This record gives sequence, C-alpha cells and structure tokens, in this order.
Amino acid sequence: LKILYPAVDEEDTPLPRAWSTKDKFNYIGLSQNNLRVHYKGHGKTHKDASSVRATHPIPSSCGLYYFEVKIVSKGRDGYMGVGLCAQDVNMNRLPGWDKHSYGYHGDDGHSFCSSGTGQAYGPTFTTGDVIGCGLNLIDGSCFYTKNGHHLGVAFQDLPPNLYPTVGLQTPGEVIDANFGQEPFLFDVEGEMRELRRRTRNLISNLSWPKKHGEQQTVLQKMVSSYLVHHGYSQTAETFARCTGEEISEELTSMRNRQQIQKLVLDGRIGEAIATTQQLYPGILRNNVDLLFRLKVRQFIEMVSGADTLEIQPRPEDASAAGQRDQDGAASMEVEARSEDNQNQAMNNGNNISNGNCETPSDSMDVDSRFTDTDSNPAPESEETTEAKPSSILANPAKFEALIKFGRGLQELAQQVEKEDVVILQEAFSLLAYSDPWNSPVAGQLDVSGREAVCYTLNSAILESKNLPGRPPLEISVAHSRHLLKLMANKDLGACAFADPELIN
Amino acid sequence: MVCGNMEVEVPRSTWDKLYDPQPEKVAIAVKSLKNCIIGSKKQKEQIVEQGLLARLVNLLVEPDINPRVKTNVVQIFGSISKGSELTAKSLSDAGVVKILLNGLVNTEPQLTEACLLSLVSIFDSKETSIEVIYSDPAIISHLLSLMPHSTNSSVAVCRLLTKGCESLDHQNILLNSGTPKSICEVLSSPVPVAQLCALQCLAAMVYKNENAAHVYLSTSAQGKSLMGHIVFYTGREHQEEIQLEASRILTYMYRCGVFEEDGLIVFQVLPCLVRLCKKEERVVNRILAAETLAYLIEIDVELQQIAAISNHLICTTASFLRWEPDHRQKASGMSRVQMNKLTQQLEKEADQAKQLRKAAFHVFASLSANDEEIRKRLIETEPVVQSVVGALQDSDEDVVMSAIRCLHSLSRSVQLLRTTFQDHTVWEPLMKILSSPASKVESVLVASSTLCNLLLDFSPSKEKILDSGAVELLCELTRKYDPSLRLNGVWGLMNLSFNSEQRIKSQIMTTLGTDQVFRLLSDTEIQVVMKTLGLLRNLLSNEKHHIDTITSLYGKQLMQAVVFILESENSHEVKEQALCMLANIANGDTSKKLIVDNEDVLKKLKSYMLHNNTNLQTAAVVCIQNLIWREEEGSCDRQAKLKDIGVFNILNQLKTAEDSVLKEKVKMALDQASM
Repeated sequence: LKILYPAVDEEDTPLPRAWSTKDKFNYIGLSQNNLRVHYKGHGKTHKDASSVRATHPIPSSCGLYYFEVKIVSKGRDGYMGVGLCAQDVNMNRLPGWDKHSYGYHGDDGHSFCSSGTGQAYGPTFTTGDVIGCGLNLIDGSCFYTKNGHHLGVAFQDLPPNLYPTVGLQTPGEVIDANFGQEPFLFDVEGEMRELRRRTRNLISNLSWPKKHGEQQTVLQKMVSSYLVHHGYSQTAETFARCTGEEISEELTSMRNRQQIQKLVLDGRIGEAIATTQQLYPGILRNNVDLLFRLKVRQFIEMVSGADTLEIQPRPEDASAAGQRDQDGAASMEVEARSEDNQNQAMNNGNNISNGNCETPSDSMDVDSRFTDTDSNPAPESEETTEAKPSSILANPAKFEALIKFGRGLQELAQQVEKEDVVILQEAFSLLAYSDPWNSPVAGQLDVSGREAVCYTLNSAILESKNLPGRPPLEISVAHSRHLLKLMANKDLGACAFADPELIN
Repeated sequence: MVCGNMEVEVPRSTWDKLYDPQPEKVAIAVKSLKNCIIGSKKQKEQIVEQGLLARLVNLLVEPDINPRVKTNVVQIFGSISKGSELTAKSLSDAGVVKILLNGLVNTEPQLTEACLLSLVSIFDSKETSIEVIYSDPAIISHLLSLMPHSTNSSVAVCRLLTKGCESLDHQNILLNSGTPKSICEVLSSPVPVAQLCALQCLAAMVYKNENAAHVYLSTSAQGKSLMGHIVFYTGREHQEEIQLEASRILTYMYRCGVFEEDGLIVFQVLPCLVRLCKKEERVVNRILAAETLAYLIEIDVELQQIAAISNHLICTTASFLRWEPDHRQKASGMSRVQMNKLTQQLEKEADQAKQLRKAAFHVFASLSANDEEIRKRLIETEPVVQSVVGALQDSDEDVVMSAIRCLHSLSRSVQLLRTTFQDHTVWEPLMKILSSPASKVESVLVASSTLCNLLLDFSPSKEKILDSGAVELLCELTRKYDPSLRLNGVWGLMNLSFNSEQRIKSQIMTTLGTDQVFRLLSDTEIQVVMKTLGLLRNLLSNEKHHIDTITSLYGKQLMQAVVFILESENSHEVKEQALCMLANIANGDTSKKLIVDNEDVLKKLKSYMLHNNTNLQTAAVVCIQNLIWREEEGSCDRQAKLKDIGVFNILNQLKTAEDSVLKEKVKMALDQASM
C-alpha cells in the first residue's frame, strides 16, 4: 500500500484497509479479517438493502485511489452495488441511491449518482467477476473496471472524503474486498504513471513568472550556492566555469569550512572548535548554544574514543589556518556582494565530476529536477562504527579527564537554554553503562549525530559572513515539501504526483 | 513574422554572386540565399524561375567547394522542397534526389546530416517517388549505417524508411537489410522523437507481413530485445504518440499470429487504443487509434466484446461522427494570406472529419461483426445508423466503402433486418452501388454480401429490393470474373428463392437461364457450385405445383444437372446436395415421373443407397421415400417399379444401419411401402 500511495502520510490520514465493523447496517456480516461481506437479511424489498463503509475515508494525497471487489456469490438476485459514499450516508441503502453516494450495480449494470434511478453505464456483473472502483482525486472523477478492463468514467466532480462502500440486498450475496493487500487485476500503476506524466507536464509547462531566460540563471545560481554552502569547492569551481556563474564566496573560505566540517564529521570536535575559533573568532563566542552543542558532541566522541582532550594541531594545519585567516578577512567584501549581480547564463554544466570532496553527502539530498545537472557529489563516508575504538572508560586517566571535561560542560550549561541541557544529560547517561556501545543510549554514539552539529556550525559560519544559513536550493525543496503537505490537507489530489522525490 | 504584404521581388542580379569566381563571395551569396527563401513560398518559386537550381546543383557536385557551403546548398534544397508542389517537382526534375543520395557518402557529418534532412523533406512532397532509394541496394545499407551518427540522423533515416515502406517488396528489402536491428538500437535513445520515428518505421514494416513479425520476435541489440522495447513503449509514462505506435506494432504482429495472447493485447494494447480514441486526444491520434483498433478486433469475438465495454468506446466512436473543429474564425477583415491559411485549415478539417467518420465505421464494423448484443447497442447509439446510411451516398469512395462494411456487419442481425434497415431503406444506396459500373470490385463485393443478408427470408425489405431489380442484378453478378462476386450473386439468388412465390422463382430461372446454371455448376469455386445447388433446391421447394411448374419447363436440364454433378469429381457435400435436389424433385407430382423414367438416375440412387457415406445414403433414401409416398397418385406403380429393380431389398438391408437418422428414414420409407 505504501508503494501504491507514497504521498499518503498514514499518521494523519490512514488508508482504508478493511470494512468497518461499526459503520454498517445490521444485515451485513463480515468475516475473513473484515474483508469479506455477506448479506444476512430477508432481502424482500429494497428496504432490506444494506451497506458497509471502509474503516477510513480515502485520503486526497492518494492522487488516484483504487480498490477491487470480487463477487464470490451473486446470491439470490445479485442486487449488489459497489461504490463510494460520504460518512453521513444512510447504510440501509445501496450505494448511489442517496446524496453523496455513488454506485455501480450488478443486476442492471447501471451507475447511480446520488439518485434512485440509474443510468446505463456498463455491463452487468455476477459471480466470479472482479469489479474495481477508481477515484481520481485530482479531478474528482470515478471509474470502474470489470475483470481488469476499464469501463470508463462513471461520475465526475465528486466531493472529498469519500469512503469505499459496498451494498447488498438479497440473501446469499458475498463479496471479497481487495484494498491493495493483493495485486489488482487492473493496471493501476499504468493509470498512475499517466497521471504522474500529466502532472509533470503541467508543472513544466507553467510559465516562469519573471523574464524569459532568467529561469536558467536562477537555477544555476541555486545549484552553485548549494555547492558553495556545503563546501564542495571543486565541484563548485567546475560548475562555475561551465556556467559562467561566479561563486559567492572566496574559494579559500570555502575550503576552510570544508576543513572544519571534515573535522566535525571525523569526530575530531576539539580540533574543529579550535580551528573555528582561530578562523572565525567571533562565532563561538557569540553563539554559546552552538559551542555547547559542539562540546556535548565532543564529550560523546570522547566516550566513543574518536576525540581526545589533547589538541595538537599539526604544524601544516596551523600555518594553513593562519593563512586562511587573512584570506577570510580579505574575502569579506567579495562575499558581501549581492548574488543578483551575477547573471550571464551559459550552457549547463552537465556531468561535472567531483574531484576530492571528502565530506559525506548531506542527509538532505539535492533533487536533480531543480538542477538539470548531475552534480551530486560526495562519496559515502568511509568511517563506520565497524571498528569500535576501545572505550575511554577502560582508561582511568582518560576517564578522569573526561569527568573533568564534563564538569566544565555542566558549567557552560548554565548559560544555555533549558531544552538544550537535555542533550547534555543524555550524553552523561552514557557513563552509566560499562559498555556504552551496547547501552540503550548508544544511539548517540552513532556518527550520524555529527551531521546535525556540523550543519549548524556550517550555517553559523556562513551567517556570520552575511551568507544565507541555508542554501536556497534546500529552502525551495523544503518549501515544495511543505506545499505538498498543504495540498494534501486541502484535498488537492495532485500532490500525490508532484513529489520532488518522485518526479523525474 | 510579418507576412503577406512584404513580398518583394528580388532581382536576379542579386544572385549573380553565386557565379563569382571568388569562393568567399559565393559562400556569402549562398548563405544569404538560404536566409532569403526561408518561410517564403514566393521567393522559393522565384529561385526556381530564375534558373538558379542548376548553379546550386553545380556547387554541390564540384569537389573543391567548401563543405560548409555545400551544407548550405543542401539546406536550400530542403527549403525549396517545402514550397509548393511546383518547386518540389522542379527539384526532382533537376536530379537533386540522386545527388543528395550520393552526398550521403561523404566525410562531413554536418553535410551528411543536411542531405538526410533535405531528403526527408523532399520525399514528404507528393511529387517525388521514394522508389529511387531501392535503385541501388547499397543505399539502404548506407542509410542504416548512418543511423548511429546522431539523433538527427537516426530520426531522418527512420522517417525516410517509413516513407519508403510502401509495399510488401519494400518491407522485405528493408527486413533483409537488417533494419529491425538498427532500429532496435535507436529505441534505446532517450529522445522521444527518435523513439517515435523508430516505432513508426517498425509499424510500417510489419503491417500484414508475417515474416517481419517473426524477425521482430528474435531481434535484439545491445542486450535488449526489440519486443522488450516495444512493450516498454506501450507504457503510459510515454507520450501518446509513442504509446500509439507501439500498440500499432503489437497489433500488426498479433494479427500476423506470431505470438500467443497472454494479456499483452487485452490489458495493454487494446486499452491503449481505446483510450486514444477519446475526445481529449489529438484528432490524428484518434483516427489512427480507431483504425488500428478496428483491425485488432476484426476477427476475434472476445476482443470485440471486451472493446465494446471498454471505456465507453461505443459512445466515443459515435462522437467521431459528430466531430467539429472547436474554433471557427470569421472570414471578414482578413488578409489574403490569412484567407489562404483559413482555406487550407478548412480543407484539412474537412479531411479529418472524413477520416474520423471512416475510422468510426471501421470500428463499428469490427465491433458488430459477431455479437448480436453489441449490434443492438450500436443501433441504440445515436447517430450510428443514420450516419451509416447517409454515408452510403457520400461522394468519397473510401467513406462509402467503410459504411458498407459497417452495414454488412450490422446486416447479420435478424432483428435489425426486421426493423431498422426497413425504416432506413438501406437497400436503395446499396443497389445504386451495385448497379453503378464505376464501383470498385471491393465495394461491390461487400455491398452484395450485405444485400444477400437483406434478401433473407425474414427480411421485410426483400419485396422492395426485388422491385428495384435485384434478380437482374444478382444474375449479372453470377457472370462476373471475380469468384467472390459470382458466389455473392448465387448466394443472393439462393436467399431470394427461399420460400418465395412461384412468380419470383420463374423470374430467377428465366433471367439466369439454364446455360448459366450449368456454367455455375461447373464453376471452379466449390462454394459457387454448392450455392447454385442450394438455389436449385430452393426453386424446387414449397408447394408441389412450384416443383411441377419448374420441372415442366426445365425438367430435362435439371436431370442433366443432377447426373452431371453425381458423375463429377466433386466432394460428398456437393453430391449430397444433388441428391437432395433429386429428393426435392421427387416431392412434386408430375415431377416424379422424371426420375422413375430415368433408368440411369435410378441406378445411381441405388448405388448411393449403399454408399459408404451415411449422409449420401440418407439423401438417397429420402428421395426414394418421396417417390413411394403412399397417398400420392401412382404410388403403386412406382413402388412396383422400384421393387423390381431391387430398391426394397436395399431398404431392408439398411434397417440395421448404425446411423440413427438413416435408420429413421429407412423405417419411414418402409412404412410407406404398401406391399
């Protein structure tokens, strides 16, 4: 089901998975995990008609919703209806007879659109047939299938929040439902692929609000700023060369950040703090929260053994850092320039190969739709937790240093926001276990924890230089995601096919 | 673009530089010439009138000319071919096609590509025959070798080959040159237009060509099978045209019978074609989809039934008949060019409307070929019947033809014959088509088949059709060269004579003439012989006086005919008919004498009673039974005579026959024997 409806957030809007045991009329009996429906009334007149709704309404974020029922037995007269209805519809009726109720009936093959009289629609159906009902949540149209054959649109402009429903009227009628737990007879995926293609065409045919030709420039700028942001210096350089764009930051500054990020991601937090203080003196002083977080991480890394207290920057690091300091100062005015000054779009820089980008890819991946380039760099980080460094707890001297460091941290905690203190307490809890790696709080030791800190540090450095703390590309991706969520809440079915991850 | 009033006569002298001895100046002149004629029909015509083609050809042939200039020249040719029919014709007159084909063999990729593109454009005009690409086998293989060079090249070659696939011969030449494999490679291209052109070419090659279908099944390139590609492109993530072409290929292959249906046709191809008929789709796609669909389901009842319930197909197709282009411009206040454009547009739309109607009739004909239920639904759908009947009088032959096909399928319905056809006097246009000397064999054939159905006994139209000269018309058909026409002629007469009045029977006999009957009985087509015997049997049925009237007039010839058939080399089925005819004669009063007095026939009857084929035995016994029927006058004499020659002995022998029908008949015959 998840594969069928990837855009549905089941926390908010659960999918129908069975018939409701409560939301049904007395003459309906359920069995087989509430998927089989049988009739148990007298079946004399249409007053004995009886329906059941599914457990949940169809979420709009399905885009296209589909379910199938198999007629196990047509019973006495085969007065069976398959369809959709709203929550407040009377269940002592067949689907389609009342307002907000829509059905396709087996005895005459007619479709009933909120009316007691049907319209000629399709063939009749009976024992052994599989009837499918599809709801297009983009345009609110509904179609049926019989034994996998599309019968054409039956209803249009249906309201949102409809439930799958079936209704029976004579004894012996038995129907099995398939809400997607089994493969469908009808090719729903094909139908979805078409809707996805249409949605994509719609999006790509939207006119660019600004002047023609600017689109490419803006896209290139977004890509470039993304690369710069994460310090993919070589890729950024190549990209800039191909597109004729200029880079919004001095290369050396970019490399500095890259260096710091590498240290953080390697777990060498202490070195990272030192380097940062050296290169960007004001940052950590002005941002105690960040410093605190870094130190907490350092504490964790010390537990894991990746970091120690002895900070001994290698000589070449020191000299390089000194050099960079000057560069950093010099670059300030360059960076202050508005990005808007840069235009001249040239050809797209396709197939940029990344030279030596050692930083692991950020968890938030770029989607190539926005970039038109293949500039997703970053080989996977080599480090894993495979070779666990021997715990610091085994070394009494180091352990003592650790405790001392922790005390210092405790003091620092006085200066930060209350909620941040929690992470320190969690970090301390590592010490409560003889083998932190196998403790319930071992999750903190995972290297992925470095990424968040790294990201925050990187943003802080950039912000200190009046550059955006988040690259525009990530902002727009996040923005689209948010819009999709809004669309889902506002019953706009197209959101199912507009996900940036899925569109290609 | 500002057009229309901007046409300025460019003096010939402008182009004198084309003849300049300095190559640079020539190059500049060529370039400005190219720019000058783009988009201007008038300029193109002027170039031709000014006789510049010869010089351009000259530039192309000369070895020393810079390839860039040559490329420009080639592009000029391409541009000229897009002008009027006149300019296109002048190109082929100047021998440009040949030169361009030669031009494909050069080392400059840009020039080669330009040649290809111009060739495509030249062959697009009606004036130029594509046949020339087959003049030298090397051309095709060279074209194929150009495909991998660029997307443009593969697109151009695919288009050329599609265009060049006009006959079975062409298809086979292309097949044998390895075209499927080359195209299979193109199908890996990510460019939609390349995929489309490649698929179009594949469709053209496999249409009604079983050989090609087999080749497709086994072709693969770069580790991917051709079939895999084709099936992939039926997927709905591709644009409609691509889905359509892929479905078209699979349809043609399926009709060639090269693969077993395992859901691909029913769940992929058929729904795709049905979907593409819908009104949201582009008109050209709708036409092609409908035609392909009609072909796909033509002979398969199951597919017809599925199609009939799929996606409102009947309604959708009926809407083809009411199609109108959505935009109508006002004619006032338009410039001449705009008027011209509008006229062209209108012509195009009229043609599309025609194509749509034709396609719709084809779909209806296929849908209603076998299933009465579907026929009923069609009749109930407005405006199917009126349109079909109306289209019979259309000025366009193709439309008439498709309408007759549709009518033919519909005429298989008993109910329709009784009701709708009666109301719509469908026979009138049919008779007109049949009697018009201008009608094509094909349409006469389908029209006469339809007429046969209309002449069935229960059809109320029968009388009216007779009044409008059906007998003469059908007799005329029996004299046609085409065996199917002769068959339809006799068949119609047979239907007509069934349970009919003496008056009609006599009319048929006089009009047809005994000579013609004999000719038909010795026809090479067994079906014609069978139907002729059927006709004779119908003539010799019903009232006894019918039989006697006929035999009194033609008795001798009829007996000859029976003997003729019985002595012929024909199959048991034919002979059975002859014996049945004899039984029919024996059913008359005076007619009986004809048989009893004919020793030869009696001998034959006796021998057939002992034949090893039960059907023949039964037929002979029935004949005897009719002869000895007790209540009839002279029964005793006949019984005596038959007993004399040993018939009764044989009957007694047959009492123990295994076949129940034969046994029954023997028993009945013996019951009649009074002695």
